[in-house]
Amino acid sequence: MTRTTGGNVSHEVLEDRAKFIRKETVRLSRIAGAGHYSSTFSCAELLASLYYDQMRIEPTQPGWPERDRFVMSKGHAAIGLYPVLADLGYYDPSELDTYTRLGSNFGDHPDMKKGRGLDFSSGSLGHGLSVGVGMALAGRMQSHDFRTYVMLGDGELSEGQIWEAVNSAGHFKLRNLVVLVDVNGLSIDGHTEDVMSIEPLGDRFAAFGWDVQRIDGHDLTAIRHAFAALERADSGKPQVIIADTVKGRGVARMEMSLDWHVGNLVGEDYDDVMAELDAGLKPIEPEATQ
Amino acid sequence: MTTEMQDESEIFRGTTTGATQLRDKRSVRGTPKAGMPAFVLGEELADLAETDPRIVVGTADLASANRTNDFRDRHPHRFVNFSIAEKNMITAAAGMASCGLIPYVATFASFSAILGAEQIRTDCAYPRMNVRVLGSHSGMSMGFYGSSHHALEDLAMLRCIADLKVVCATDANHLRAVLRASVEHPGAMYIRLGRGRDPVVYDTVPDISFDRAIRLREGQDLTIIACGSQVRAALDAANELQQDGISARVVDMFTIDTIDADEVRSAAEDTGAILTVEEHNITGGLGSAVAEVLLDLPRVPFRKHGVPDKFVEVGPPAALYAHYRLDKAGVTEVARELLARKA
Ligand SMILES: Cc1ncc(C[n+]2csc(CCOP(=O)(O)OP(=O)(O)O)c2C)c(N)n1
Ligand SMILES: [Mg+2]
Repeated sequence: MTRTTGGNVSHEVLEDRAKFIRKETVRLSRIAGAGHYSSTFSCAELLASLYYDQMRIEPTQPGWPERDRFVMSKGHAAIGLYPVLADLGYYDPSELDTYTRLGSNFGDHPDMKKGRGLDFSSGSLGHGLSVGVGMALAGRMQSHDFRTYVMLGDGELSEGQIWEAVNSAGHFKLRNLVVLVDVNGLSIDGHTEDVMSIEPLGDRFAAFGWDVQRIDGHDLTAIRHAFAALERADSGKPQVIIADTVKGRGVARMEMSLDWHVGNLVGEDYDDVMAELDAGLKPIEPEATQ
Repeated sequence: MTTEMQDESEIFRGTTTGATQLRDKRSVRGTPKAGMPAFVLGEELADLAETDPRIVVGTADLASANRTNDFRDRHPHRFVNFSIAEKNMITAAAGMASCGLIPYVATFASFSAILGAEQIRTDCAYPRMNVRVLGSHSGMSMGFYGSSHHALEDLAMLRCIADLKVVCATDANHLRAVLRASVEHPGAMYIRLGRGRDPVVYDTVPDISFDRAIRLREGQDLTIIACGSQVRAALDAANELQQDGISARVVDMFTIDTIDADEVRSAAEDTGAILTVEEHNITGGLGSAVAEVLLDLPRVPFRKHGVPDKFVEVGPPAALYAHYRLDKAGVTEVARELLARKA
């Protein structure tokens, strides 16, 4: 089956949008007085590629039944998704200035009743893939060919419900279901492999009947190729893109640090970080990834 | 703006110690390592474990947020981090209890009480396991994290489970008392906690029993029966009302199940008006438990005050408390409204 997808957008544009996601995260966190910087930075390239290049969406028609769906199962990264939706025209970017203030449409976790373009609410980890299974089943029952994308965290994979969903998607051969796992190596309390091992992750998904790709989640070219391979695979299986990323990517002090799951940058620290982001991604300090 | 921001950054209060990379004093990073004096959970459990080898502790990737890492540091072999797998944690605790341990398992109340409700009922309460399920950051104390992270239904959901003791910790000293008393309690317990920097009600560790509410203030004109975060608000409101010559009794009904029916009865008989105040959905919690007692008594003016039966707005905690009238000013106002009906 052929599908028309989004943009065919240049590498430079995607790089710029990933930077935009990071900078908006820093800006909005300051409004809130607390923000999930590092969880959002690790998936900035994935989010930018999805929304600006890959997904079949029509921002003027947020309820279009044939649109691709996206479920941000690691809902605490919504702070990076809201600016993208605003930028694409789902709502006025100035609405984001109310982020987390009393009565705002935009809280730390997404509420689909309030933000246009949000395909589902989230916040309690472990639910999003079951939502995606439901969407994919509905698409099949309604003869739609939309695709459902679900973003999971690596720590989130500890939730049992994830594996109920993985199992059922394999069993039901949900070929229009695509999972992106943001393997940034950390949850809150430690390194994922120390707290609760998820490896060998590709083998685990494959054993449940999924097609597996594993890429560098900050490499925009690799992401584009992985998305292109979704079309070609057409194996009738659900598909997972395991993205190896760096929690906090883009700000040296945050990279692979357990100190930045939540934080608040003000004053000179805010300016420093904005300047660092403006300068673009630097190669990772070797000690950061240890 | 600044006060609100300070309030928020403390949802997970960061530490400035060793934060050499930060230049502005107001910047914070990370989950708390130190500096949450009111959050004594891990420390108290670690103390108790010194003399009681049955005590073990578990959490679900929130050891820093709920300070169970203080326990981990002192008793690493009696600590289990289950990662983000709450249902597994609660039922595994039941398994440990069946072997004679007393597990205390802690995560946000939204995930221990609400996500884990069936595990609590079927695996902890029904087989009468000595599991203590702890729910921190209860109510709407997580503010703009939103409804997924709020627990405004936990008391209603768990109060009706047989063989489950449901208790609210009021502040740090009270939490110490609850934990100490919990060790020898036979059977399963749910202990509801605040966010770890709860305003002080008890200057010292109070003497408690799980069948008896604590009368904190005498009064003749009405009784405010509160639990958790609202005990402080009730006391402050009572002081405010005093200025107008209104004398309010204040009761800390921390023992939600079993409710102290005698204390409710005296409140009705002695003061002739009852206001319940709770950081919980207005349906099914403390107010409902008190109302169930009142049904058997001669009628007195009565008002349940809490969060209306709607998902709450987005907002910082302090803004939400003000909006839903769950602070000193709000409780004072509601008390006056009730007294107007008494006349
Ligand atoms: C069911 C549930 N339990 C606990 C939490 C609290 N929590 C929020 S983020 C987080 C860590 C998530 O780690 P990971 O999935 O690796 O995401 P990352 O932030 O690293 O992208 C936890 C435990 C939650 N939101 N939901
Ligand atoms: Mg992670």
